[in-house]
Amino acid sequence: MTTSLVIVLTGVLIAIACALPGSFLILRRMSMLADAISHAVLPGLVAGYALAQGPNLLTGAAGAVAAALLTVVLVQALERTQRVSADGAIGIVFPALFALGTAIVSRFYADVHIDADAILYGNIEFAALDRLLVGSADLGPSAVWTSGVLVALNLGAILVTYKELKISTFDPGLSASLGYSPSLLHYGLMTLVAITSVGAFTAVGAVLTVALFIVPAATAFLLTQRLPVMLALAATTGALAAVLGYGLAVALDASVAGAIAASAGLLFLLAYLFSPYQGVLAHRRQQQRQRLQFAQDTLILHLITHEGTDRSGQESAVAHLRQELRWAPSFADQVVRRVVERGLVARTNGHLALTAQGRIQAQELLRLEQLQTL
Amino acid sequence: MDLFTDYTLRIVVLGSALLGAVSGILGTFAVLRREGLVGDALAHAALPGICLAFMVTGARTPLILMIGAALSGWLGTLVLLRLVRDTKLEEDAGLGIVLSVFFGVGIVLLTFIQRGENAAQAGLDRYLFGQAATLLEEHVITMSVLGLAALVVLALLYKEFKVLTFDPTFAASIGLPAGRLNVILMSLVVVAIVIGLQTVGVVLMAALLVGPAAAARQWTDRLRNMILISGLIGAVAGATGALISVSAERIPTGPMIILSLTVLVVFSLLFGRARGLVWEWLRPRRVQPAPEVGR
Repeated sequence: MTTSLVIVLTGVLIAIACALPGSFLILRRMSMLADAISHAVLPGLVAGYALAQGPNLLTGAAGAVAAALLTVVLVQALERTQRVSADGAIGIVFPALFALGTAIVSRFYADVHIDADAILYGNIEFAALDRLLVGSADLGPSAVWTSGVLVALNLGAILVTYKELKISTFDPGLSASLGYSPSLLHYGLMTLVAITSVGAFTAVGAVLTVALFIVPAATAFLLTQRLPVMLALAATTGALAAVLGYGLAVALDASVAGAIAASAGLLFLLAYLFSPYQGVLAHRRQQQRQRLQFAQDTLILHLITHEGTDRSGQESAVAHLRQELRWAPSFADQVVRRVVERGLVARTNGHLALTAQGRIQAQELLRLEQLQTL
Repeated sequence: MDLFTDYTLRIVVLGSALLGAVSGILGTFAVLRREGLVGDALAHAALPGICLAFMVTGARTPLILMIGAALSGWLGTLVLLRLVRDTKLEEDAGLGIVLSVFFGVGIVLLTFIQRGENAAQAGLDRYLFGQAATLLEEHVITMSVLGLAALVVLALLYKEFKVLTFDPTFAASIGLPAGRLNVILMSLVVVAIVIGLQTVGVVLMAALLVGPAAAARQWTDRLRNMILISGLIGAVAGATGALISVSAERIPTGPMIILSLTVLVVFSLLFGRARGLVWEWLRPRRVQPAPEVGR
C-alpha cells in the first residue's frame, strides 16, 4: 500500500467509526460530552505511557479509556451535587484533565514521542510508518488495523443493541419501563465513545475527534428522519470528508486532520443549504409557495366579494389590486398570471373576471372561512 | 527571580491577573445563563481569524491578531445562533460543529503558514496553549483598554442583563430586546477570549470563563458579590498560573492557569460559605419521614 492510500484508508475508517456512535450523541443531545471525552483521553494516554515507561498501545489505551470514563462519572457526580449546571460541570472537568495532560507532555515528553501540537491535530500523516508485526510477519500499517477494529466494534455493538439504543434514545421512560436500563445503555455508549476517541485521538488529535463524532452525524440529521438512514448517511459523509480532506491537505501542504474537519464542515454547509427537509433554501421555497398560494386565494375572494356590485368594474382592474392589496407590481403580475393559468380568472382589457371554475373555488374558500369562524 | 524587582515578571503576572479578573467577571453571566460552553466554541472559533489576520497583514502585532480573532469569534457566534434557529439541531450540536469546524480551518491555515516561507517568524502556535512569558508592557496596556471597555458596557447594561438572566419572561414583557442583548453579551465573551489568547491560548480559554464563576457561586447568593468574587478568583488563578509557568522551563501558561483555577474551584465546591458541600455533609441529617403506607 502506498503512503497516501494508508492515510486515506485510516481517515475513512476512523471517520466511519466515529460517525456511528456520533449519531446517537446528536440524538441524545450529548455532543459536548464527546468534546470532554476526547480531551480527557490525553492524561489517560500519558498515565498509561508513564506506567509502561514508554509508548505502549495496551496500557496507553487502557489509561485513556479509564480517563474518559472518569470524565463521564465526574461530570455526572458534579452535576448531581446541584452546585453547578450540566454545562458548567463539563466546562470544569475536562479542561482540568486536559491541562494536566498538556502540562506533563510539554514538561516531560516534549522531545520524546508526542509534542503539544500533535495533541491538537494528531499525526495521521505518519500512519504508514507504524507497522503491525506478528512474529516476523509484517501485516501492514497498524493504524489501518486499529481503525478497522474500531469500525467493527462500533458496528457490532450498535447492531446487537440496536433496539434498546433506539428506544432509550427516543423515549427513555418507555425504555426504563420495558426493563432496558437507560443508565446501563448510557455508560455502554460512553464506553464506545471513549474507546473510539482513543483511536481517533492518535490519528487526528483531540479537537478534530469532536469534528468526526459530531459534524457528519449532524449532516445526516439534516438529511433524513429515519435512524438507519441517518447512521448510513453519517458514515458516508464522514468517509467522504476524509477523502476530500486528504485531497485538500495535499493541495495546500497543510494538516490532514484540520482539512478533514474543514471538509466535514463544508459538507454540513451543503446539507444546511440544500437539504430537502430542513435546508434553508427548501424552507425559503416553501415560504414563497405558501405566500403565492395565499395571494391567489385572496385575489379570487376579492373578485367574488365585488362581483355584481356597482364598483365591480373599478375593483377588478389589475392596477387597482396593487393599491388595495398593497402588492408590488411584479408580485401582482405573478399572482394574476398564476390564476389565469389555472383557469380560475379571465383577463380582458386589464380587467379580471372569475371563470365558472374560479367561482366554485371562491365559494369553497368562503365556506371554509365560515366554518373556521364558527 | 523576584516578583518585586524583576520587571518582566511583574508585567507577566499583572497581565495574567488582569485577564483572569476580566474573564471571571464576564463569565459570571455566561455561567448563570448556562451558556458556559459557548465560550469554548467561540475561543476555538478565534483560531482561523488569528491565522487570516497574520496572512493578510504579515504582521504579528497582537492588536491586529486580536481583531482577526474577534471577527472570527463573532462569526462563530452568528453561525451558532443561526444553526440553532434554522435547523432542528440542539444547541450542543451547534456548539460542537462551530468549535470543531472553525478549529479545523484554523489548523489548516496554521500548518499552511508554518510550512510556508516565514516559518521562523510566525510562532503562531503559541496561541494554542498560550505563553505568558511573551507578554510585553504594550500588550498589557491593550488588554487593559479592551477589558475596561467590556466592563464599562457590562456596568451600563447591568440591570438589563440581570433581568434577562434571572427572569427572561419578565424581560420580554417589559420590552427588553432579548436578541440584541444576547448578541452583546456574547460579544463581551468574545472580548474576554480575545484578551486571553496570548496568555491562555484558544484551547483552554473557555475554562477561565466557566471556572471562576462556578467557584464564586459557592460563596454567595447575591449577583453583585458573585461578580466580585469571580473576578478575584480569576485574578488569583491567572497570577499563580503565570508565576508557575514562567519559573519552570517548557511549561505553557494556559494549562498552569487552568490547573491553579481547578484547585480554587474544588476548594470552593467543598468549603464555599453559601453552598459548600462539606457544610452539607457535616450538618446532622434530618430524620426522613416514614414513607406513607399504601392502602
